[in-house]
Amino acid sequence: MSAWLIVSLIGLGTLALRFSFIGLGSDTALPEVIKRGLRFVPPAVFTALVTPGVFRPEQVIDVGLGNPRWLAALAALAVAWRTRNIGLTMAAGLVALWILQAVL
Amino acid sequence: MPEQAGPSPSREFTAGARQVVPVALGVIPFGLIVGLTAAETGLSNWLGVAMSAIIFAGASQLATLQLLAAESAAAVIIMTALVINVRMVMYSAALQPHVARLPRRIRLGMAYLLTDQAFALSVTSYSQRPNRPNSQWFYFGVAMPMWVVWMISTVVGVLVGAQVPESWGLGFAPALVFLALIVPSVTDKATTAAAIAAGAVALAGHPLPYNLGLPLAALVGIAAGMMVERLT
Repeated sequence: MSAWLIVSLIGLGTLALRFSFIGLGSDTALPEVIKRGLRFVPPAVFTALVTPGVFRPEQVIDVGLGNPRWLAALAALAVAWRTRNIGLTMAAGLVALWILQAVL
Repeated sequence: MPEQAGPSPSREFTAGARQVVPVALGVIPFGLIVGLTAAETGLSNWLGVAMSAIIFAGASQLATLQLLAAESAAAVIIMTALVINVRMVMYSAALQPHVARLPRRIRLGMAYLLTDQAFALSVTSYSQRPNRPNSQWFYFGVAMPMWVVWMISTVVGVLVGAQVPESWGLGFAPALVFLALIVPSVTDKATTAAAIAAGAVALAGHPLPYNLGLPLAALVGIAAGMMVERLT
């Protein structure tokens, strides 16, 4: 499937999600299961997206000092925890990566 | 209940626009990263920019780019992006009572422009000042500048991204954005369980073809979270 088609389907699907209740003229409640499950989507999905690239950039899990990514990720996590600021987190992570890449 | 007389459309719009300024500025780095990543993923400039208009949801755009680069199955990419955007259903449900009487076309426009920020600002305004006749203009005052800022930063990101050398490590930037989003979402034992379970399965499942390890990890993570929630 071409990238254009994939993006278009995601766009249509997302619009449908956005319009799901706003499009209705009357009140309908959100199923309880969805309400409960929603708050687990960010921690689950974002962690799933991030961990392979950080811990196994080649095909093997690498938590040695040769892999600067997970150390840089730790630094970024610490900054994210303290500041709750996306811009600072990114700056910290990138700076940490550069320093570690130069040093290791 | 009779509608109270309220501010004119343009006053509502300006009020919304004024409130959104700091929030819209804050989204610029995110838009730049999305544009940059699109360029780095090898998408054409047109697709990189069009993506921001077609999908208009940053986290899912970054995930899509990451999965496209990893040659994932189309179904995996689409489902992942939609799952990330499922929270829009929640926002839609919360806004529905306030917009139910508006013409369908207006509601469709409001739906297209729905973002975390537009939701947060408008729902606060609806609860503080309910039943205003021109409330949709406040919403547009918040939501339209968000769209404009998003599109402009994407364009700049795409154009700059083509020039930035690989050695700068900006390929790591999407991961940093996700890390920054994970932290505030992990608030208790259940969400911690969700993150740890998802991370573990994602690592173990990485060798699976078509990036199937990802939806598997997400499902296991969500299930783990719901289980721990039941138990605590």
